[in-house]
Amino acid sequence: MKNILIIGATSAIAEHCARLWAARADALYLVARSEERLQTMARDLAIRGAAQVGTYCADLNDLQVHANIIDAVEMALGDVDIVLIAHGTLPNQKTCEQSVEDTLMEIKTNAISTISLLTIIANRFEAKQKGTIAVISSVAGDRGRASNYIYGSSKAMVTAFTSGLRQRLHKSNVAVITIKPGFVETPMTAEFKKGLLWAKPATVASKIVKAIDQHKNEVYVPGFWRLIMYVIKAIPTNLFNKMRL
Amino acid sequence: MLIHGWGNYPKIEAEVMNPLSVASSKHAIQKTPIIARGMGRSYGDSANSQVVLQTTYLDHYITFDAVQGTLTCESGVKLREILNLIVPKGWFLPVTPGTSFVTVGGAIASDVHGKNHHAAGTFCQHVTSITMLLGTGEIVTTSPLQKPDLFHATAGGMGLTGVILTATIKLIPIESAFITQKTINTGCLEAACDAFEAHTKSTYSVAWIDCLATGKSLGRSVLMVGEHADNGGLNLTIKDPITVPLHTPAALLNSMTMRAFNNTYYAKAPHNKIQTVPLMPYFYPLDVIGGWNKLYGKAGFVQYQFALPKTDGVANMRSILSKISQSGQGSFLAVLKQFGPANRNLLSFPIEGYTLALDFKMSTTTIELLNKLDDEVAGMGGRIYLAKDAVMRETSFKAMYPNWEQFDAVRQKYGAIGKFASDQSRRMGLA
Ligand SMILES: Cc1cc2nc3c(=O)[nH]c(=O)nc-3n(C[C@H](O)[C@H](O)[C@H](O)COP(=O)(O)OP(=O)(O)OC[C@H]3O[C@@H](n4cnc5c(N)ncnc54)[C@H](O)[C@@H]3O)c2cc1C
Ligand SMILES: NC(=O)c1ccc[n+]([C@@H]2O[C@H](COP(=O)([O-])OP(=O)(O)OC[C@H]3O[C@@H](n4cnc5c(N)ncnc54)[C@H](OP(=O)(O)O)[C@@H]3O)[C@@H](O)[C@H]2O)c1
Repeated sequence: MKNILIIGATSAIAEHCARLWAARADALYLVARSEERLQTMARDLAIRGAAQVGTYCADLNDLQVHANIIDAVEMALGDVDIVLIAHGTLPNQKTCEQSVEDTLMEIKTNAISTISLLTIIANRFEAKQKGTIAVISSVAGDRGRASNYIYGSSKAMVTAFTSGLRQRLHKSNVAVITIKPGFVETPMTAEFKKGLLWAKPATVASKIVKAIDQHKNEVYVPGFWRLIMYVIKAIPTNLFNKMRL
Repeated sequence: MLIHGWGNYPKIEAEVMNPLSVASSKHAIQKTPIIARGMGRSYGDSANSQVVLQTTYLDHYITFDAVQGTLTCESGVKLREILNLIVPKGWFLPVTPGTSFVTVGGAIASDVHGKNHHAAGTFCQHVTSITMLLGTGEIVTTSPLQKPDLFHATAGGMGLTGVILTATIKLIPIESAFITQKTINTGCLEAACDAFEAHTKSTYSVAWIDCLATGKSLGRSVLMVGEHADNGGLNLTIKDPITVPLHTPAALLNSMTMRAFNNTYYAKAPHNKIQTVPLMPYFYPLDVIGGWNKLYGKAGFVQYQFALPKTDGVANMRSILSKISQSGQGSFLAVLKQFGPANRNLLSFPIEGYTLALDFKMSTTTIELLNKLDDEVAGMGGRIYLAKDAVMRETSFKAMYPNWEQFDAVRQKYGAIGKFASDQSRRMGLA
């Protein structure tokens, strides 16, 4: 049995990870900002077999509470084995372009809050010389694109930060896993037209859970996105500038 | 978003609302008329409308009493998920349709039936309570004892009374994740119906009819009866389906290939053989192939399922089957089933007698044929299953479901008129 902290637990992707963990009787601690949905999820996961389910309701942009969250989970479960950080928002690129305030807010949600949490968690795991930290970044962080660069650059920060953290914690027996999903059918992408490249959250979740079990470093989910992003990164900038992506 | 039912006909552009919780679902019905939508496994346009409320994220368990065998869950939970939870604990669904990819909400709204209808009735006969969102924005609880008029309209009511949010289901105990199945070959329709009669004590029974066979062997079929086994353990194996990715050119499905297939199928079916088979392939043989519906090509298909009253049922069935056979448009195989008594739900499909289901590739001649068949079926006191329909006319519907007026009165009473409607309901004169 593993003790697992899930931050941004109401995310569709995270919830499907939680279901897989519940089915193998792990103990879960859920953090999200909707008390009603936390309670619904907690009840559901207990029925699915979770050994224990605790909840904590917080807006993760309230950076002050981050340390309290970690204290609370340790009180509830004892040592945490795995942390999954999953919260995020998909900004409206066009409105952000016209507003410094909106842009910084999106960067706060998608990068700053994650980095604040990672800093606290990393130090605790480092002290204990064990633990696994998984963070959901995105393929969008691999190259900034006109249509989506506020989100993309936030995710790029998360990717680079976890890369460095992974290297730092390597000698401390702490695994850091950077997860880069492609297109996933979740509430975040409800407005998008879906096609062949789209994956279901349940599919993505099973790949994430596996990557965490195997202590992968950086994973694209589904895997074909590694190839797609390789090609996108390889496009010469002069050509890239003329493309619509 | 482009939406359609399992038959890929008709397809429409719709605005899709995705409430994330039961409590927030009332905000999702600000734009009306709207219709609830589960897995879109109904064949036609029952879950199609300009605005739909998709229950994907209303998929949580609420309580599961593994001692008493009662489950309360949200309406978007799929039967497939439920099996995963309950079978290892020694419970099974009291009634299940032929696919596990349907939601609890869809199963209630269509008041689905299974291979045990003759003994167990429909799905809703095992539903003890429903909470639902009304057109007024209120969330209410209904059961056979609480607002019974609303319950009997909602069970089988095709989403037209409101949005089902949660439901409590009474499960049945099992000792094994296997079924003991006996296969009986019968040479014609009359023999098949006699075989059903001889097996009314069996828990499950269903027959596959070769509807391309004509004359004396019209209605030749393979009857399969089943009982829950008492050994083999409770481990359930659920495999992901193998997917058929593309629409198949229609030419592959011509009557020659169908005839060849049916001859082989019929010849190969084990005669009077007893086998033990796992639950999943027994109840959901078609779930093994994902997207088999695309085999009918881009134009799509309809499944024609009708029920005929028991009196003169066999003769009437023969008459309709011969017309289908003459048309040369029928599918591979048809499914024949004996129904037990009807229930009190106003638009529930099953009536005591026989039901037959078969597929037709979509075309204008198909619509003409089905409209003619509808008249015949109505004249015989029979009816068409709304969950499969895509083409029935208002006159046929009103003749087949004489309770429609009472149904609409309940809709009126609970504020559903003008709020909950589907393309199908508008076609049938319920707005
Ligand atoms: C391969 C296959 C085999 C089948 N076998 C059988 C069978 O053996 N017996 C049988 O009875 N049926 C059978 N069906 C039909 C199927 O069981 C029904 O069409 C069922 O309603 C589909 O459920 P769904 O979740 O996909 O609902 P949808 O197709 O999305 O919706 C169907 C209807 O239910 C309503 N609805 C859905 N969710 C809600 C909700 N939350 N609140 C209110 N209304 C709601 C919709 O408005 C619509 O009118 C079969 C279908 C397929 C594809
Ligand atoms: N879907 C995709 O295509 C895709 C692709 C690549 C990466 N990702 C990443 O995958 C992760 C999960 O997203 P998802 O696709 O599962 O979408 P989702 O279901 O919309 O999940 C996002 C979650 O983040 C929560 N959240 C946002 N801001 C928050 C805040 N300030 N405080 C607390 N919680 C907050 C949301 O809570 P509320 O519901 O309460 O707002 C929601 O539960 C995200 O990091 C996303 O960037 C998604």
